[in-house]
Amino acid sequence: MSETHGPAGIIVIAQAATPGTLPAESGVEIAVPPGEAHGGGFPPFDVHTFPSQLLWLVIAFAALYLLMSRIALPRIANILEERHDRIADDIEEAGKLKAESEAAALAYEKALASARNKAHGIATETRDTLAAEAETRRKSLEADLNVKLAAAEVQIAATKTAAMANVRGIAVEAAGAIVDTLIGTTPAPGAVEEAVDTAIKG
Amino acid sequence: MASGSVIDPIHQFQIIKIVELGQPGGVELAFTNSAAFMFGIVALVFFFLTFATRGRTLVPGRLQSMAELSYEFVASTVRGSAGNEGMKFFPLVFSLFIFVLTANMVGMIPYAFTVTSHLIVTAALALLVILTVIIYGFVRHGTHFLHLFVPSGVPAFLLPFMVVIEVISFLSRPISLSLRLFANMLAGHIAMKVFAGFIVMMTASGVVGWFGAVLPLAMVVALTALEFLVAALQAYVFAVLTCIYLNDALHPGH
Repeated sequence: MSETHGPAGIIVIAQAATPGTLPAESGVEIAVPPGEAHGGGFPPFDVHTFPSQLLWLVIAFAALYLLMSRIALPRIANILEERHDRIADDIEEAGKLKAESEAAALAYEKALASARNKAHGIATETRDTLAAEAETRRKSLEADLNVKLAAAEVQIAATKTAAMANVRGIAVEAAGAIVDTLIGTTPAPGAVEEAVDTAIKG
Repeated sequence: MASGSVIDPIHQFQIIKIVELGQPGGVELAFTNSAAFMFGIVALVFFFLTFATRGRTLVPGRLQSMAELSYEFVASTVRGSAGNEGMKFFPLVFSLFIFVLTANMVGMIPYAFTVTSHLIVTAALALLVILTVIIYGFVRHGTHFLHLFVPSGVPAFLLPFMVVIEVISFLSRPISLSLRLFANMLAGHIAMKVFAGFIVMMTASGVVGWFGAVLPLAMVVALTALEFLVAALQAYVFAVLTCIYLNDALHPGH
């Protein structure tokens, strides 16, 4: 069937010679030669169509160029530029915010450090005050105790002296009684006292 | 087999007159299917780009992403090939790229006409590029633009040959630029039509043909994928070469 043109042409010629003899088929075959109606050849090389094509191409392409350069392309360029600007703005804004947040973080760190220092100071101060207070209280207490101790010692000494005095009296009485019981005569109190004193001292 | 009438791989390139405009000055003018598709492409591109960017949202949706992507893709291509100075040609390169791309893609729709499959169209676009290069080159650099054809550091006895070669290479640019696009679109569409035709022919020949048609069907599927690739690639190639040529206009010294 690749021999499309050849046989078709032959049949058409045959049909022309014998009109009306090939009714059904001829109808189809006659449709073949639009190839001949192309102006006798290959359409792209048909110079008769050139002026029309050129004319309309010039008009159409000029219209396209104007529509593109005046309307469509500036529009797209605008959109792209807007986006570009917006992105640049956003990046700048983000940078600014980042710097701000960094500064805030720094300030926070600083505040925290100073607060810590302050707290430390307060703690030290408190501790010192408390220590000093405790010291004074301890000292006063100690002094107090010392006074009491001294008083107690004095009292003890007094009591001891008194007791010793009592011991002498008892010894004198006991010696007098013992002598009385042993020899039946009561010695002179002066002599007994003398003897007891000698014994105590001895 | 009568189905031969259906399989005419050239038929898709036919220019059909929609409105005859007479023959002013002996030149045949008409509003054709090609013209209709050209305006359709312009309208499609414009409405897509404006509709996609109607929200002007900061975070783009799908359509806006596509519009922005096409913009940035072409912009980076222009910057990469012609530098920041080349951005003054950005609307031109973008228009060329989007026109060729859309024309190629629209041509992939079954029964649609492929505007870029006509040599006169691609040649006109290529000439637009080259004329822009030449005119801008002379306006901007004056005769210094001619240094483009005089490579530096070449021995004096070789210089005439080099100049001739440079001139030929410069003149062949619009030819290669237009032919590359035209031939790619034409050949691809013909190949697809031919293989698709095989399917029709085989299936018409009965049950065996139904199984036989699997091969050309697979071929057509593969070719369709390839054609989409070619459609995008050729638009890109056209845009990149435009940028490279414009770079010559901006910086003519070698």
